[in-house]
Amino acid sequence: MNIQLSRRNFLFASAALGGGLYLGLSPERADAAEPGQLNAWVVIPATGRIRIMASNPEVGQGIRTSLPMVIAEELDADWAAVEIVPTLADARIYGRQVAGGSQAMPTQYEPMRRVGAAARGMILQAAASAWNVPVAELNTDKGHVVHGTKRAPYGQFAAAAAALPAPDMAGVAVKDPKSFRLIGSFQPGVNNRAIVAGKQDYGIDAVVPGMIHAAFHKSGVQGAKVKSANVAAIKAMGGVKDAFIVAGTDEYEGLASGVAILADTTWHAERARAALKVEWSDSPAAFQSTAAWAKMAADAKGKPPAMPIHASGDVSAAMARATKRVAADYAYPFIPHVPMEPINCTARVDGDKVEIWAPTQNPEPGRAAVAKLLGVPPENVTIHMMRVGGGFGRRLQNDYMVEAVAIAKQAGRPVKLTWTREDDITQDYLRPGGWHYLEAGLDAQGRCIAWDNHFISFGQGGKFARAAGIGPTDFPAGIVEDFRLGATVLPLIHTTGFLRAPANNAFGFVTQGFIDELAHAAGADPVQFRRDFLGAPRIIGDPKSRGPYNTGRMRAVLDKAAAMAGWGRKLPRRTGLGVAFHFSHLGYFANVIEASVATDGTVKVHKVWVAGDIGRQIVNPAGAMNQVQGSILDALGACMGHEITFADGAIEQRNFGDVPMLRNEQIPPIEVAFLTPDYPVTGLGEPAYPAVAPALANAIFAATGVRLRKLPLDLAQLKA
Amino acid sequence: MKLNINGKPVEVTADPDMPLLWALRDVLGLTGTKFGCGAGFCGACTVQLDGEPVRGCQTPVSAVGTAKITTIEGLSASAWGRKLQDAWVALDVPQCGYCQAGQLLAAEALLRTTPKPTDADIDAAMSGNICRCATYTRIRAAIKQAAAA
Repeated sequence: MNIQLSRRNFLFASAALGGGLYLGLSPERADAAEPGQLNAWVVIPATGRIRIMASNPEVGQGIRTSLPMVIAEELDADWAAVEIVPTLADARIYGRQVAGGSQAMPTQYEPMRRVGAAARGMILQAAASAWNVPVAELNTDKGHVVHGTKRAPYGQFAAAAAALPAPDMAGVAVKDPKSFRLIGSFQPGVNNRAIVAGKQDYGIDAVVPGMIHAAFHKSGVQGAKVKSANVAAIKAMGGVKDAFIVAGTDEYEGLASGVAILADTTWHAERARAALKVEWSDSPAAFQSTAAWAKMAADAKGKPPAMPIHASGDVSAAMARATKRVAADYAYPFIPHVPMEPINCTARVDGDKVEIWAPTQNPEPGRAAVAKLLGVPPENVTIHMMRVGGGFGRRLQNDYMVEAVAIAKQAGRPVKLTWTREDDITQDYLRPGGWHYLEAGLDAQGRCIAWDNHFISFGQGGKFARAAGIGPTDFPAGIVEDFRLGATVLPLIHTTGFLRAPANNAFGFVTQGFIDELAHAAGADPVQFRRDFLGAPRIIGDPKSRGPYNTGRMRAVLDKAAAMAGWGRKLPRRTGLGVAFHFSHLGYFANVIEASVATDGTVKVHKVWVAGDIGRQIVNPAGAMNQVQGSILDALGACMGHEITFADGAIEQRNFGDVPMLRNEQIPPIEVAFLTPDYPVTGLGEPAYPAVAPALANAIFAATGVRLRKLPLDLAQLKA
Repeated sequence: MKLNINGKPVEVTADPDMPLLWALRDVLGLTGTKFGCGAGFCGACTVQLDGEPVRGCQTPVSAVGTAKITTIEGLSASAWGRKLQDAWVALDVPQCGYCQAGQLLAAEALLRTTPKPTDADIDAAMSGNICRCATYTRIRAAIKQAAAA
């Protein structure tokens, strides 16, 4: 037989520009398939459990449960009997493998349905041949092919099915959602049983033969390089196997300079580190301080923005026409991610081959950075995507992957690099702080007719740092016709990055706090004012910014949250309801918070009502509820007490004592409702976050008449 | 040094001042006990000594003496532990799951001494354990479900 003829087409993913995911066919990859492998995600052995690949990084968002559920639904497999298998990082086979931007569901939900449906179709075709009946007479049920009273497990037809070419995707039929049995049902995480038994390996639990433990000491002032260190003395300490200076690279956000200490245990590496004496070079970052930036921001007030971002209509004329003008200054700090699992990575460098065990949200940029650093082909870098003990956006960056590889290479043996919590906080890729100098004009009917915002942010060379920018059509551009947005960028030399609902997590506080002020200035009810502000249902914004969004869908969640909370009801003294909405990451969320303020300024959140819209289908209500509750409480904890400050170029906070996390006894009840209008399915890691802080600040205003415009909320202002 | 871990005698070679957390993880390979902050703030490293929850990162291995150590790997030896594990799975408590070993060991100690805990009992017993994903609502519900099981 001609070898060409033995080839078949094999279904795999191809990443497309713009983050989309398409399914493609490849004869080459079919040759690499194992027996019973129908496509890149589905393996059906002759006997035993059907295996479904989980190709996305799992950071706690539940994606290794929810996407396999989507495949299993269309495959008509028995969920209780499938085995979920995490894959390596390999974008050539799996396409997008990122835990970020709440983008997995929007880009992978429909393709994964087709992955499951295509595999089911191949099984049916093979069964039809085996039983000599038309495919149309066959049905499936929980991993079995059914014909009349005849019933046989998929495995019986898997070998024949695996020899068939994958079907043309255009012709693959998916289920009518009304017949879903698995999608939409409450399914606990597939790793739960291992987690509660202490058997689930996270990145930090990786063990490689011959591995030693590394600490890596860097300056808190980024850009400072090691001039000298007492390396010889460190090497003589108990348990220490090696110590050396890592020169680092010169590029911004490249490999940092520092001292690596390698020992038989993490503890010995850290104990030796405490005795480390390092002389650092000067860094241009040393000028930085929170006080200096605050002064720069204050100096920028009243001056024209250095950078126009967006303007429509004529703001000056509209302001002149306004019967009332309202001005307010909002501010928010740098905040850290503090994922529960400290930053770590295990690496082995063997000639021009590299193997990495990493808790990463985004492996491919890490692969590229490692390949570049070592000068090896990217395909020589194998990345095990370990379960991640919390990401929140921190692990979209792969700095620790590069460090672990550099240290392993220099050490000449496998290394597990573990950061301390102090390393995590002082070397974070922070959510950038910012200031917004706002002014708005109201007409005689109390409608907002002008909006002017001077945004003070951070960056390098007049350009926004990562996650520090604002989009030209961000809310409320396009809603207020006479609109102006400009920015001034303060100098920053410290890594910044994406933190849950990046940018939106701050802008939501600013816009929804200021709109509340406008409502009160107009003498209007805050919910009704927002309805009028949103206006008629229509599409606003463009895909290049954080849009487009549908004001009608926003109005619906606003109305729902208000109804759930009993908006307008009478409340005890110093108790208030606050409302806010925000669109981000394709999701629509509105919150109402009930809070009371004691005379000593203590704030108690009594309840949070949440209405969300992420499209027509909640894939897994178990994970979905977790994401919403987690986002709400994440935002609540941050706005109540998270703030990173700088002095002499370095971060001043060190551990959870300086970054207080919410604890069990502080948790309010959270009531969540999903609206499911007929729109595409979107993601849930982020959009429930941004409307929390403003709803709380607005509730505090309703309770006390005190308007808090700065995060973290300064409760000292609330003393009666 | 001789230790008793999850009902078995174990010989460990470690500096006397090495925290139990690191002796378990790096010397004995029991990686279910997690490193979170190294300073006693977060409770991720919670283990039990003679049934009492302690911070593994704050307990020198030499201070353990003859006390019986229970780690997450040994939780299922306890009837309360098994009930808690079942409730944790059924209610889908974990998000990232990293802190849950510590949460479960704290919860098991609570139920063993207070089989029908009030909310105030849960507050007091669980306050030392941070969950960065904030699964607290389900942790509380799962403790109550285990108590009723």
